[in-house]
Amino acid sequence: MWFEQVLFFLAAIGALAGALGVVVLRNPFYSVLALVAHLVALAVLFLLLHAEFLAAAQVVVYAGAVMVLYIFVVAYIGGSDEPLRPEGGAVAVFGPIFAAAVGIELCIAFIASGLDALDTTGADVGAGFGSPEAIGQMLLTRFLVPFEAASYLLLVAAVGAVVLARRRRGLEA
Amino acid sequence: MSATGYGWLVLAFPVAGMLIVSLGWRVLPGRLPGWIASAAILGSFLASLGMLDTVDAESHVDSAWTYVATADTRAGLSILVDPLSVFMCLVVSGVSFLIHVYSVAYMGSDRGYARYFAYLNYFVFSMLLLVLAANFLILIIGWAFVGAASYLLISYWYRRTTATYAGIKAFVMNVIGDVGLVVAAFLLLNETGALDYAGVFAGAEEVFAPDDPTLVAACLLILVGAFAKSAQLPLHTWLPDAMEGPTPVSALIHAATMVTAGVYLIARMFPLFELAPTAADISAVIGTATLLFAATVALVVTDLKRVIAYSTISQIGYMVLGVSVAAYGAGLFHLMTHAFFKALLFMGAGSVIGAMAGIQDLDRMGGFRKAMPFTFITFAIGALALAAFPLTSGFFSKDEILSYAIERGQGFVVLAVVGYLAAFLTAFYAFRMVFRVFTGDPVPEARELEGGHVAHGEPVNPMTGELEDTDVGFPGPEHHVAERSWPMKAAMGPLALLALIGGVVGVPGLTDTLEHFLEPTFEDSRYADVHPSAGTEWAELGIGGVISLSAIALAYVMFVRRRGITLRLRDRFAAVHNFLAHKWYFDELYDALFVRPFTGAGSFGRRVIETDFVQGFIVGGATGVVRAGTSFARAIQTGYLRAYALLLLLGVGGIALYFLLASS
Amino acid sequence: MDITWYLVLSAFIFAIGAAGVMSRRNPLVVLLCLELMLNAGNLALIAFSRMHGGEAGQVFALIVMVIAACEVVIGLGIIVAMYRRRLPIDVDEMSELRG
Repeated sequence: MWFEQVLFFLAAIGALAGALGVVVLRNPFYSVLALVAHLVALAVLFLLLHAEFLAAAQVVVYAGAVMVLYIFVVAYIGGSDEPLRPEGGAVAVFGPIFAAAVGIELCIAFIASGLDALDTTGADVGAGFGSPEAIGQMLLTRFLVPFEAASYLLLVAAVGAVVLARRRRGLEA
Repeated sequence: MSATGYGWLVLAFPVAGMLIVSLGWRVLPGRLPGWIASAAILGSFLASLGMLDTVDAESHVDSAWTYVATADTRAGLSILVDPLSVFMCLVVSGVSFLIHVYSVAYMGSDRGYARYFAYLNYFVFSMLLLVLAANFLILIIGWAFVGAASYLLISYWYRRTTATYAGIKAFVMNVIGDVGLVVAAFLLLNETGALDYAGVFAGAEEVFAPDDPTLVAACLLILVGAFAKSAQLPLHTWLPDAMEGPTPVSALIHAATMVTAGVYLIARMFPLFELAPTAADISAVIGTATLLFAATVALVVTDLKRVIAYSTISQIGYMVLGVSVAAYGAGLFHLMTHAFFKALLFMGAGSVIGAMAGIQDLDRMGGFRKAMPFTFITFAIGALALAAFPLTSGFFSKDEILSYAIERGQGFVVLAVVGYLAAFLTAFYAFRMVFRVFTGDPVPEARELEGGHVAHGEPVNPMTGELEDTDVGFPGPEHHVAERSWPMKAAMGPLALLALIGGVVGVPGLTDTLEHFLEPTFEDSRYADVHPSAGTEWAELGIGGVISLSAIALAYVMFVRRRGITLRLRDRFAAVHNFLAHKWYFDELYDALFVRPFTGAGSFGRRVIETDFVQGFIVGGATGVVRAGTSFARAIQTGYLRAYALLLLLGVGGIALYFLLASS
Repeated sequence: MDITWYLVLSAFIFAIGAAGVMSRRNPLVVLLCLELMLNAGNLALIAFSRMHGGEAGQVFALIVMVIAACEVVIGLGIIVAMYRRRLPIDVDEMSELRG
């Protein structure tokens, strides 16, 4: 039990640190790396919640593929250390304040909610809970339509990316 | 044919003439429109003679079409044929015919020839409708039509701004009179329940006591109408300006016929006026004041036509005085003789102005006696009649009015004395005109005419001197002189004859033809028996004759013998001269009292109410509110991604807050 | 640990992501912060799934991951297209929807 709690706190701190790093770090490359760290911490949290398959998917797909894609683009664009002009404006001042307000609001909602189950560690689940077998079962029976729709969405995204990034003849190099 | 049948014919001929000329002017060549119009009026005159033949002591009413028929009132297109209307028809159609013939030559080179004759026929129709009307409805219609015809003909040369202003001035003042007449008709309809003359007169006898306030008010409103149309004080200022129209128009409308409509009206309404003596006395006083005022102004005015115009105002004052003291026969007799000699004077003036190539200024005229003998003789005859030279027509008519006034006694004697004073002035200024135009050294235009051709100058506006051209809307290029056009001579000749011997129908004690003829109309008058004896009349006529002769002699001395004396008098009495030359400052007074406040109110309305208030505040306010709202809404669309994200977040936060609060 | 802890953590990560979206001008970093918010949502979903004991929440989270991947693809494609046309890589410069 205490192992679980320590692990939770370590993963939580890692996640928060990664998140803050994404927002605060000036070089976009470092922000991507911070997000990778955040994703790994989140995968640990998923494991703690008995979502093994999802943790694996997170690390392999999210941190492995999507973030690599990100790094490719950052390398191509060549994100600079300093922006052209200082980040600023009224939105940049009020935005974080309102975001903090929303966050606190959500916390209040969770903590003061009437759901008693939130105070427990969760329902009793069997050994196969969150295993690839169970997820696959769900995907192919109960959630077939969302599954197919998601794959269709991936196709559309792939086509869209190709369209967006292709060269127009004679326009630019 | 019956009398009323002839009456309808009298009205039909001018309508036919007007329609033929106005619709067919493109196909009628040369001077044919003029001859057609003249023929129409000749037809009207012959029909009037038919009426004269068949009229008797009764009054005949014939109705063509009933316009309104309620339980109490019937009114429609009805004409009344009785001695008074026959007399008026004869005078109007006869003099109109001669003026039409004169115009055929005088307006010969004008580009709007057919339009002129269409208007002229329309005018004669309206005037005949007015005098033949049997009820107030047709009277008011004829009244208004005549005012419209006057406007159309005064501003006939419409490209002259002075002419159009004069037309507007005449029309506005005529409308004031129209309003008075209409309100009077309403009052009488309200009290007596009838619109036709017979019904109103009978009803008035029953409903009203003598000098009843409502009746006096109605009679005063009728006087407003009469004075506006007849150019008496204080509604007289339009007539001198109306001289902007062509000279035959001045002859016809503003001397012989239209301006006498007021006199006709008072004579026709005599039962009402005799029942309200207050109104009749006011009318007599105003008529006398007018005749003196106009005579003084005619002494100093320098435009030839305007001298004759003021003379018209003055002579109509005599007629108004006559019919107001119940001397109906005398007043109408003077109406007839005045039509003859005033039309003749205007025709002669037209001839002189033609010789002067459009100039009307007396100061530039002189010595035309040798160059224009016919015009000189006819003009002099007209002036003799105007001056009431013994045994001319004017002598008998004018002095008869004054003798009747004396016969009525009391205050009317004062009015008669003023009348004699003005008669002196009248004779003086009449011969002022004659001597200044025709005697003395011939001016260059006269010399040219003696040489054999009419003078020709640049076309200018005679009042302001600004340059014009001779296209449509302006006078034509040629000027016509009586000596050279037989239509003009053919018109002026008979009028000269009538001006000389026309008095034969009213010689006191001997003929009295006219009075006897008109007697049936006026037999219900209270003053039918008030009649100066023949001897008294001849005595007063004698006084008038002496006054006339002495004035002519004085004029002869001042204008022929000692030619410069008037200039020295003008310099000595400069203040008086200025007062008279500015027409007693009536125009300036009306300008300050009425024109300026109205134009000030108008421009106030345009500036403040229309532009500032309505456009700025109401319209601008409504659009401004909408515009402000939309620009506020537009401000949210900044195009910045982060601002939109902030709005999204705020929305989410707001919804979450709501649910939080709702569930607590 | 109680489920509440996971949810509170999710709320914090969400708030940090939102703050990042609004305060950074580089579109790449904005997309990264969007990823943060999506991951916070995933965490909440899985926490609730654990609470109920049903795997529906996990399947949902999987689909969300798929969608996040698609969105990243398109977003990066746009940014690459912007870079290709030599437009400035700055969300404040892209304000043609103004008005």
